[in-house]
Amino acid sequence: MDSIKDFFHMGGYALYVWGSFGVTALLMVAEPLVLVARRREMIRRLRRLIRLQSEQSS
Amino acid sequence: MSSRILNWFKFSSPATFYPLAGKIQKVAAAIAVVLLAIGLYMSFFVAPTDYKQGEGYRIIFIHVPSAWMSMFIYVVMAFWAAMGLVFRTRLSFMMARALAPTGALMTFIALWTGAFWGKPMWGTWWVWDARLTSELILFFLYIGYIALQGAIPDVRRGDRAGAILLLVGVVNIPIIYFSVKWWNTLHQGASVSITKGSSMSTIMLETMLIMTFAFWAYAIAVAMARVRLIILERERETRWVAELAEVRG
Repeated sequence: MDSIKDFFHMGGYALYVWGSFGVTALLMVAEPLVLVARRREMIRRLRRLIRLQSEQSS
Repeated sequence: MSSRILNWFKFSSPATFYPLAGKIQKVAAAIAVVLLAIGLYMSFFVAPTDYKQGEGYRIIFIHVPSAWMSMFIYVVMAFWAAMGLVFRTRLSFMMARALAPTGALMTFIALWTGAFWGKPMWGTWWVWDARLTSELILFFLYIGYIALQGAIPDVRRGDRAGAILLLVGVVNIPIIYFSVKWWNTLHQGASVSITKGSSMSTIMLETMLIMTFAFWAYAIAVAMARVRLIILERERETRWVAELAEVRG
């Protein structure tokens, strides 16, 4: 158990090391997730657009 | 026109580039995940403790790659801006737009991790040092580019205005890079250079280089995903988008 506590302690630099790695990880996970969500939204919009066009033309 | 030139422009049409970008995205994403896993493991368990900064120096493994990326992405955007203006290939402008948020993110990470490293080592979160200030200007350039294009409804004019802003701002990149030499304020000089090798221990350097390639692969994967989004948005009225498997569904 002790080694894990030591690990997170980072020789006393815990705030700085985890503050850096934490925010970086947060951003580099959030950005792809935002893109996945925007892609799903875009495809839904495209399908609605096509349905509208086919209704108008029929 | 000889077929060779035609061939070269083949991928400059959104319709032919869209599937290619998808493939690049998948490969780059896989490489990024693998390299990040290896790089992070090495950053904490392989790279030794620093004799002076103890464990705190490990921030270098994300600070330097993100700082390099922040400058490199801007140069790539400026390249695409120039290509777009010269060849009028709109896909070039789309590539510049696709890279902007990731470039801004990398610049923010460089500034954030720099501050979190500076506090324990320099005793301050921020100082108006030449390197830090020019990196902050780079961040404003990215935000300015994104805001400028957001403010111009007409896509073509937005592309053009953005491209010009990018080209004007590119002078800031050498300033950032050489700021530590010219002004010699607080930020230390380059400890890694292509010509003179590096003054870092090999294992620390290898860890940092793996993280750098991981950040490269990450930026490529994200940029490809975003450029596909931009292509779908701009080509939404076209038949080829309507025919796409994921859209026909």
